[in-house]
This record gives sequence, structure tokens and C-alpha cells, in this order.
Amino acid sequence: MQRRTEITSQTIADKEFWRWSEYHRVITGKKWRSTDILTAGVDVGSVGSKAAVMINGEAYAWAITRTGSNSPDSATKVLDWALKDTGLKVGDLKFIVGTGYGRVNVPMANKAITEIACHGKGANYIWGPTVRTVLDVGGQDIKAIRIDQTGKVCSFLMNDKCAAGTGRGMEVFADLLKIPIEQIGEISLKVEEEPPPVSCTCVAFAKTEAMGLLRKGWSKEKVLAAYTRAMAIRMANLINRVGLERELVITGGQSKNKGIVRRIEKVLEIKCLPMPRWQDTGLDPMIAGALGAALFAKSLYEKAQKG
Amino acid sequence: MDLGTQKVKAVVLKDNMVVGRGQAYSGFDPTSAAKAAVNASLKQANAQLTDVACFVATGSSMELAPYAKSTVSMMGADAKAATYRFPKARTIIDVGAEEARAVKCDERGVMTDFVVNERCAAGAGTFIEAMARALEVKLEEMGPLSLKAERASQINASCVIFGESDVVSLIHRQEPKAEIARAIFDAMADRISSMVHRLGVNPEVILVGGVAKDPGFVSSLNRKLSVKVLVPEYPDFNGALGAALTAVNRCKGGQK
Repeated sequence: MQRRTEITSQTIADKEFWRWSEYHRVITGKKWRSTDILTAGVDVGSVGSKAAVMINGEAYAWAITRTGSNSPDSATKVLDWALKDTGLKVGDLKFIVGTGYGRVNVPMANKAITEIACHGKGANYIWGPTVRTVLDVGGQDIKAIRIDQTGKVCSFLMNDKCAAGTGRGMEVFADLLKIPIEQIGEISLKVEEEPPPVSCTCVAFAKTEAMGLLRKGWSKEKVLAAYTRAMAIRMANLINRVGLERELVITGGQSKNKGIVRRIEKVLEIKCLPMPRWQDTGLDPMIAGALGAALFAKSLYEKAQKG
Repeated sequence: MDLGTQKVKAVVLKDNMVVGRGQAYSGFDPTSAAKAAVNASLKQANAQLTDVACFVATGSSMELAPYAKSTVSMMGADAKAATYRFPKARTIIDVGAEEARAVKCDERGVMTDFVVNERCAAGAGTFIEAMARALEVKLEEMGPLSLKAERASQINASCVIFGESDVVSLIHRQEPKAEIARAIFDAMADRISSMVHRLGVNPEVILVGGVAKDPGFVSSLNRKLSVKVLVPEYPDFNGALGAALTAVNRCKGGQK
């Protein structure tokens, strides 16, 4: 069965604190010709859908939207949006690879590839060949992936059974503390002294624990810091179990959560690679999977051409 | 007294027979709740506080118990009370609001091994409560509702947070509520049975704790364990009964 994050009656009652901004971008100054190898990767995640379009294996345009209750629709919507303002149509793309949680439900895809392979490939593309460890924090799972200098996956570990540490768990806390999800990292760092982590790993129990702390007079910031720290420790443990090798990068939605990133760095005593500036347009670590998929699409297309 | 995460339960024994039971919500002051539960049980027993020879406490907040000078572990209490009721009990499964335990005991009712889940809400009563909320069904109606289903919907979730999303999607897909309810109990029974299997399933298997009152869960657990589990009357008072039985022994031993 497909897991989806639906709006519950509780969140409708108030502001939707979990909501993050969807967007699309075309890299300016780049032009495509019909002789180019135009490929796309469509990454339908449990919470976010991402599409990336590449010209000859170079990033050109992308879009990020929230995954709806129907995977094929989400895939179509996000790819159409990525192609907006490019003059391209889906039919112009030579090869499309689907990936992510809903990868088997990407109707226009020529092939589906696991998101683990795509994130490895995409991280290698964004940060270069020095990346060896990728932490992908998705909406409903966390993966620690080891890759070689070409972005090929050597090994990985995954937690997809428990919401602790996932984006979904963060959304629960955003709602509980009434803090917009995009500010959650920033706000968790607004504490004079780092409080001890919450003792419960389980999000359902951590929520109860957090309510108790609030009642005890803890500030929202302090409660959030305690929760974020516990989740960062959990992610750091997963990285340690797969074996940490430099350089480390974080992909997925929570790569934007500074509170998580800083705390993981602190626990592991290592700095993650910063986002590279790229033609004045920073690539988004959320689209690593889609970029990897578009790169696989290019090699698959070339292979098919050679026969 | 059994000071649980959700309720405090109290049992009064006279000549080894239960003469009074009382309970109260733990809330934020388990000590007051315990006093209320004890009062209620004494009222039913027609007795006074001063009539009680010995108090023993158990449960997750046992250190906050009033009156009691000593405590007994939850596993010890589970084993004692279950074998009092069912002399052939060898495996006791205790599913409470926020914890679940499986206890193995010998023919004397002495605990020999145990496993416990207190870290994950998916293996405790909280799971059913949260899912009932998502399904918009009253907790006490969940069991009877699930028993009407011939089959179960499919739920993959092993997490309360993911389970809520799953249930909402199933509702949107217009799956019958009874089948969703059955799937919820099956998912929980799966988790409990894998915990029990770590210990070994030795008959007779006794199910106690607040969740044991739910016929839906009992039926799912029977299927998952392929054993018919026995549920005593007042399964939620099992821990308190175990503490009271311990008090009897300590009294005899001259301990107060």
C-alpha cells in the first residue's frame, strides 16, 4: 500500500505549519538545441515530488511540488512545471527515468531506478567526486548511502519503519509547536545552551514528552532543540552504522533544516560539504534524486542509441 | 497499587480473595490518582485505610506511590497474578497504554525471562487510540467493529505517525471501516507477536493489561500467535493484583 501524508483534521483547524513552498527554476543563459540529449528524472517521494531536466547531462530546469494523493498525477504535474518557460514539451525528452517512493507510478518514464542509486549519482553530480557518504532524509524514510568516486552505491542502510528523524516527524513537531516548517531549523538554533535531547525516540511519545516540557515552562525553541538533537543523534547513528567516510553530504528535504545539519556535524565531528554555487543558481539538494535519475536517463539513452 | 502511564489501579485482598477494585486516571499527579484508586477499592471492600496490613506498589510510576513501603517489578507482578488465576500460565503478555511486555514464568509463578517494548508507540495501546481517532471511531467500538470484517485492509505502517496517514488514505479510498479496524489490530498483533516470539510461546498464554479488554485485539493476537490466549476477568487489574499478592507474602514474612 502506498503511504501518503494527508492533511488531518487537526492541521486544517489551524494554520498549515507543515506547508513548504513549491517552486520551479530554469537556469538562465542555457539554451537547448534539438540535437541535444534532453533527459529528465522524476522523483516522486512520499511528501515531495521533484523533476529535473538536463541538457547533455547538465542541469537545466527543475521543479519541486508536494506529492498529492495520486502518484501519476504528481509526476505529470511536477514534470510539466519543470518544463515551464523552457519551450520544451514532454515529447521532446529523449529518455525519462522515474525514481522515489512512487517510481513505479510515473506514467511517462521509460524506466524506474531506485532512489538510492539516484541519490548517489545526484550527490556525485552536485558536489563532485570527493563525496563518499550521502545521508538522504526523506519525508518518510532516512537512508545513509556509501558511494564511490563515480557516484555508484557501495552500500546503504535505511530506516523506513519509524517516523523518528524523517521529515514527517518534523512536520508533527512543526504543527505541535506552531512553527512554520521552513523556519524550524533556524528556530531550533535559537537557544543559549543546547538542552539534553528528548528521551523518547518514538515521535508519538516524543510529542507527549514535548507537551510535558512545554508545561514545565520550557520555551518552544528549547523543546525544538531537544527534539532536533535527538533526531540528529539518530541520523548520525545510521551514518556511523553504514560507516562514515569523508566527504559527507545531506540530501532530501531536511538538508534545508540547519538545526539538523549543524547537530549532525557536531555529533559526527565533521563538516558536511556546503552547497556549491553553480552558475549563480544554487542547485537544490532536494533534487539530488531527480538529477541522478536524469543522468541515468542520459546513459540509458546513449546505450540504446549504440544498440 | 499499579501506577500505570494512563490509569492507577488498586486491588484489595482479604484472605487471598479480591474484595475491592478501584481505578483513577494518572493525569499529572499519579500520587493523588493512586490515593483515589485506593479509596475507591476500599469503599468497594467496605474497609478503611487503617485496615490494610501491607501496601505494595508496581507500575511505571511506582516510586510515586503513597502508603506503600515496598514495590515489585511489573514483570514480577504480572507473573504472580497470572499464575494465581491460571496455574498453568507460562507466558504472560501485558499490553498497556504505552508499554508492552512478555513475561516467561515457571510453575511457581516466578518470572524467569522477559522482553519489553517501551520505546515505540506502535506496540502499545497508544497505537489503537491514535488509529481510532484517525478512523473517527470510539475506542471501545473498535473491537466489535473489527470483528464484523471478513478480511483486513492492508496497512504497512509499523509506526503510529505513518499509520495515521495510512488510515486516512484508506478512508479516502472508501475501504469499509470494519476492515480498516481489523487491519489496525492485525498490525499491532504482528508487533506484539514478534516480541513474544523472541521469548518463545509456551502455553498457557495469558493476555493482560488494558488492551486485553479489546476483543478485536484478542482475536487478531490469537490468529498471529496461532494459540488461543486466555484473558482473565479484569485483565487491566492484573498488575495491581500481582502487587497485592506480593503484599500478602511480605506480610507473612513480617515485612510491612
